[in-house]
Amino acid sequence: MSKETYDVVIVGAGIVGAACADVFATRGLRVVVVDRDVVGSGATAAGMGHIVVMDDSDAQFALTNYSQRLWHELRPDLPEDVEYEQSGTIWVGADEEEMAEVHRKREYYQKRGVAVEVMDVCHLKEAEPNLRDGLAGGLLVPGDAVLYPPCAARFLITRAQQRGAKLRLGASVVQISEGSVRLSDGQEVAGGIIVNAAGANAAELTAGIDVKKRKGHLVITDRYPGFLRHQLVELGYLKSAHSVSRDSVAFNVQPRRTGQILIGSSRQYGAEHKEVDQVMLARMVRRAQEYMPALGSMSAVRVWTGFRAATPDKLPLIGPCPGYKSVFLATGHEGLGITTSLGTAKLLVDQVTGSKPEIAVEPYLPSRTAKEYAHA
Amino acid sequence: MPSEFTVRVNGALVSVSAGATVAVAMVIAGQPCRNSVMGEPRGPLCGMGICFECRAVVNGIPHSRTCQLLCEPDMEVKTDE
Repeated sequence: MSKETYDVVIVGAGIVGAACADVFATRGLRVVVVDRDVVGSGATAAGMGHIVVMDDSDAQFALTNYSQRLWHELRPDLPEDVEYEQSGTIWVGADEEEMAEVHRKREYYQKRGVAVEVMDVCHLKEAEPNLRDGLAGGLLVPGDAVLYPPCAARFLITRAQQRGAKLRLGASVVQISEGSVRLSDGQEVAGGIIVNAAGANAAELTAGIDVKKRKGHLVITDRYPGFLRHQLVELGYLKSAHSVSRDSVAFNVQPRRTGQILIGSSRQYGAEHKEVDQVMLARMVRRAQEYMPALGSMSAVRVWTGFRAATPDKLPLIGPCPGYKSVFLATGHEGLGITTSLGTAKLLVDQVTGSKPEIAVEPYLPSRTAKEYAHA
Repeated sequence: MPSEFTVRVNGALVSVSAGATVAVAMVIAGQPCRNSVMGEPRGPLCGMGICFECRAVVNGIPHSRTCQLLCEPDMEVKTDE
């Protein structure tokens, strides 16, 4: 069978693979993206779609802040169906302990040039009247946005295709080797470099990388325009999302342009099946109702699950894959892949082409994990 | 509950018998239950709570399936926009 040859073979047409294809194609490389399903069919379609600045670590801040800037720059080019809305995020503080976190967060963001605003309880209630009484306040991050990820991925892929990239759908990659990938239909596709952007499935293709599936549930309601105006996240989220082993839920809701409300979130390790877990779902919805009691009278139209690609230090893997010469990684984005896809693509292509990256790449190099594990 | 009473559909009083569903009241009133996203008027189709075409605002609660709700005196029903 004939062998197609490209400069770059990208495995995975999720938002990360799509963003990488776009940047590689822009820099004049011959690119092919392969995916077993359609564009954005994995975690990209399953996730909420927020463009957020986060501060779990300095490295996470650097990548999310850089990526958010890239999204802001891209915004004028985004088609309507991407539904980009700069709704802002409010980190909701339930008590004085969480308000201390609000103030710490404000200082951290302000010091680094991110506009934020502390809300007292009256201001919070005015901004989001459907939050329950008795909360303490919050932190508004006005630059945060939401979008519809599958259409964003499709836009990036389409733009890459206009710049010469090829897209091969319908056959899964069964093996990644030096300089080529083998597809389930028997075809081999050769490339000067291979990029593993297979999200939560990445570890099946390049052995030895520490990317685990972290299951999540989401609910979407019928249309209730005006009920919710900002993305809301409980500050307790930090406690639950940080836990690397326990199953957890956190209050996180998003307004969509349709007036629908996305309700999340849950996190589970070791749950390999995509079936809805009724116990987790009930916990998640109860948590949401604790913050917004009126959610309880709403009609949900769909519930689904997806798998985040989780790493031990909650930072993605961007760069050369340990143990290979021509294989690179762009995975491990956990719950932030929509935001960080654009920054990831730039940092990866900069490494491949030897260009100077705009932010330091070291915190995201896959070799960092290998080093840590050498000590373990 | 009286055997006959009135409910309000988009502001107009409609007389119904006890046991009538809200969907029936909307049909009597000649009002669509909802207008679709594309602006098309919709009304009860399956009549058994499956198709969701009969959703309306009942006593302020949007997306109520009117074929599954019985009329009550002084109920306030509005087309779901």
